[in-house]
Amino acid sequence: MKRTIITVVGKDTVGIIAKVCTYLADNKINILDISQTIVQGFFNMMMIVDTNDAEKSFGDIADELTALGEEIGVIIKCQREDIFSKMHRI
Amino acid sequence: MINIFEVTETNKMIEKENLDVRTITLGISLLDCIDSDLKKLNDNIYNKITTVAKDLVQTGAEIEKEFGIPIVNKRISVTPIALVGGAACKTSEDFATIAETLDKAAKQVGVNLIGGYSALVSKGMTKADELLIRSIPQALSTTERVCSSVNLGSSKIGINMDAVRLMGEIILQTAEATKENDSLGCMKLVVFCNAPDDNPFMAGAFHGVTEADAVINVGVSGPGVVKTALEKVRGENFEVLCETIKKTAFKVTRVGQLVAQEASKKLGIPFGIVDLSLAPTPAIGDSVADILCEIGLEYAGAPGTTAALALLNDQVKKGGVMASSYVGGLSGAFIPVSEDQGMIDAVTAGALTIEKLEAMTCVCSVGLDMLAIPGDTKASTISGIIADEMAIGMVNQKTTAVRVIPAIGKGVGEKVEFGGLFGYAPIMPVNPYSCEAFVNRGGRIPAPIHSFKN
Repeated sequence: MKRTIITVVGKDTVGIIAKVCTYLADNKINILDISQTIVQGFFNMMMIVDTNDAEKSFGDIADELTALGEEIGVIIKCQREDIFSKMHRI
Repeated sequence: MINIFEVTETNKMIEKENLDVRTITLGISLLDCIDSDLKKLNDNIYNKITTVAKDLVQTGAEIEKEFGIPIVNKRISVTPIALVGGAACKTSEDFATIAETLDKAAKQVGVNLIGGYSALVSKGMTKADELLIRSIPQALSTTERVCSSVNLGSSKIGINMDAVRLMGEIILQTAEATKENDSLGCMKLVVFCNAPDDNPFMAGAFHGVTEADAVINVGVSGPGVVKTALEKVRGENFEVLCETIKKTAFKVTRVGQLVAQEASKKLGIPFGIVDLSLAPTPAIGDSVADILCEIGLEYAGAPGTTAALALLNDQVKKGGVMASSYVGGLSGAFIPVSEDQGMIDAVTAGALTIEKLEAMTCVCSVGLDMLAIPGDTKASTISGIIADEMAIGMVNQKTTAVRVIPAIGKGVGEKVEFGGLFGYAPIMPVNPYSCEAFVNRGGRIPAPIHSFKN
């Protein structure tokens, strides 16, 4: 399974999670885990998702999520899980 | 499972502390391109590079996107051209045509530098080696992306002083040939003692003859990450300091290992090594000198600098070695002057001299790097500087190098501008006393006693 980490950082506003989740559902991306905090008024979310069934390429998904972030006014990054697991797990 | 704090830490390193993969370097053997016909040789070289490396830049971009980590440079290193061109090149001009071919191939595949316009002459020079060396000023002034290196000595063999003398002249000629651009050619020319076969960093990268047909080597970086980690342990003892550097180096190197494996898989080319290096850039916060200051020095160059650099270099290796399955190249902390804002500040403040830099090269990766000297420095003096650095490498069984830029028409107090990743350099004073009689003796310095291990 190809796991991907999506991070969303920005000013808190109504419907951030809804919009991101709608995009993921539309593209057959399954959410495995969500954690979210608000630090000093800033919205901070991490999602672990499974992109196995997605039809679009990783690059397209990443670009579209970035564009979606710009629309909402937050920064959305999409990265393969390996960079984090390699760095933080032996 | 990965948690939000770990994700935030990694992304903070990338976004705020300049963590990046400095280079993916694709090493390509050109030994099978050899032909006695010069045109055919050039065609073979162009075809091989543009075939093997055709997907390199695209693959690098894909990896950048998938992991969200910048890969600053995609580069190519090739077999030392003196070996490849020997059969076909009868003159220096013949060799220079190969430099043009390399430049053309680099532009075609979109890499920003190509290394391997090189000769390995630690014991003696063949006719081809000498022709190639003599062609360097022309090759570097007529091409844009070609890098040249010459290995002048080794711990096992000694130092070829004839070649050291010649390189003093060649460096000056290269500076002269590119004087309209602040002697830019010298930035692409480096001389070594104990040059490694698998170095991914320019200008000294070449694809050694001990290597396979093609190989992926990766150079990581991250002085900013180490600096930020050390800010949190100010005032703590050396044990805490060293542990912090080690852990940070581990994390940085893991990213390099991941990128190297991924590039190798995507390109279908074996993974060679990860070069564990702290390679600075002129960007603020991306400085090795700043780490030295964070360790407790007012400026790089202050008393204590050599010790601080020694521990930094050692901890980087200790942390990095476990993070990667194969480690090689130059591995350690680089101390180029022009590419490191903290080093530039130290030189400008008068805290850092060539002599102190030379002492620092005894304990760090590589050597006197990217420093500008007055344009009227004599060739024999440059050879003397090279000989000193080669001796340090030879006796200490480490790689040392010299990349100096004699700034033609300029003197101490002025500066040279290279632009981009290469930065700018204040011109440093050189010891004015002569070493001409020493350099002109000719011949070679024998191998040191500890070379006779058998």
